[in-house]
Amino acid sequence: MHEMSLAESVLQIIEDTARMQGYTRVKTVWLEIGQLACVEQESLRFCFDVVMCDSIAHQARLEITETAGQGRCAKCSIEMPIAALYEACPKCGSYEIHVIGGDEMRVKELEVE
Amino acid sequence: MCTTCGCGIGQTLIAGHALKQPRKPGKVMRYRVHEEGAVLAHPHTHQHGVLNGALDFGAGAAGTHAPGISQSRMVKIERDILAKNNDYAAENRDYFSTHGIFALNLVSSPGSGKTTLLVKTIAALHGALPIVVIEGDQQTDNDAARIRAAGAPALQINTGKGCHLDAYMVGQAMQQLPLQDKSLLLIENVGNLVCPASFDLGEAHKVVILSVTEGEDKPLKYPDMFRAADLMLLNKCDLLPYLEFDAGLAVDYARRINPALKVIRISASSGEGMTEWLDWVALGCRNAALRRTESPA
Ligand SMILES: Nc1nc2c(ncn2[C@@H]2O[C@H](COP(=O)(O)OP(=O)(O)OP(=O)(O)O)[C@@H](O)[C@H]2O)c(=O)[nH]1
Ligand SMILES: [Mg+2]
Ligand SMILES: [Zn+2]
Ligand SMILES: [Zn+2]
Ligand SMILES: [Zn+2]
Repeated sequence: MHEMSLAESVLQIIEDTARMQGYTRVKTVWLEIGQLACVEQESLRFCFDVVMCDSIAHQARLEITETAGQGRCAKCSIEMPIAALYEACPKCGSYEIHVIGGDEMRVKELEVE
Repeated sequence: MCTTCGCGIGQTLIAGHALKQPRKPGKVMRYRVHEEGAVLAHPHTHQHGVLNGALDFGAGAAGTHAPGISQSRMVKIERDILAKNNDYAAENRDYFSTHGIFALNLVSSPGSGKTTLLVKTIAALHGALPIVVIEGDQQTDNDAARIRAAGAPALQINTGKGCHLDAYMVGQAMQQLPLQDKSLLLIENVGNLVCPASFDLGEAHKVVILSVTEGEDKPLKYPDMFRAADLMLLNKCDLLPYLEFDAGLAVDYARRINPALKVIRISASSGEGMTEWLDWVALGCRNAALRRTESPA
């Protein structure tokens, strides 16, 4: 799985920002992970601890906000919550559902010193 | 290798050599750390690591969830986790478009026939246009060796325990390959239907290969990949008479996920359907070359 490289990317963002913002320690990291982003949260937590270990975010707390999957039907335009990419539109049965939310993976915010 | 969990950080090799990376002694190696001022063969079109809109909220200010201990402060980041990869991918894509290179990212589960397809493709197009291959596998140089035997330059990236290629690895590999203008670059990703979907390499198209021995419902089980692809090759069709695989159903499932998906049924072994695939590749190459000549060099 690619949770390890996602954790790597999170650390890189933290280190890049550290240079610009002049902090030397990260205490908490807030991530926003969409339900449809194909990320295993437990695995990400584990990888996060491993990857942050030698860094300025050593022992940082990880807070994950999960955003719900949201889709819009290409045929009838209704919007609906979706839990998977292969679901049909509840109104017209079309499978042409465009994801309009819930596929994000972002570093939102840090608590630093 | 990471001593905590044994994962493959820092095991990436290109042609047997470690990927260029700054290494802090005694620390875990990370291949994606960007060296400031790293020399790239092609010019940078933008700055790496520029964080737009990174705002400092000051000492404990915007802290709805921050206990205001000591000198803690909140820093707003709002940055996509894959942003760095996307930056490198954009750089690769830019290079491809200014040089008229048609790049394809071939993705599939292990063993669906990517390398066989590439070997046959090289044999068919050899002499018509320059072809270069980047091979991604966790271990071994076998696939690159098969490509070289077929007559095209190939570079092997071994990802160790990493399960996908990323745009930085591809960018590094590109510098070590004889990439000519107006050529075809075929990138064989690591056999894995999950994460290669998330990592843009800068390619023109992802091509997903599904073989008929895998079950019709693969597109429903791995929808991200089938959504990310523009073309699906249904391979090993020579085996259809011996299997209970419903090809029509597999295509239906794939189009549920991605209604615009183009599908070609092929057999890389017997050559069935290969003409349509080769025509599609040739058309892509022609268009990429044309677009290059239209834009000033
Ligand atoms: N019958 C049949 N066998 C095929 C076809 N294409 C590939 N194979 C066989 O499938 C096996 C795997 O093929 P490869 O080309 O190595 O597959 P791959 O996707 O490159 O595999 P990895 O790189 O290991 O993920 C080999 O034994 C091939 O001979 C085909 O069209 N028909
Ligand atoms: Mg292969
Ligand atoms: Zn991966
Ligand atoms: Zn609908
Ligand atoms: Zn590890």
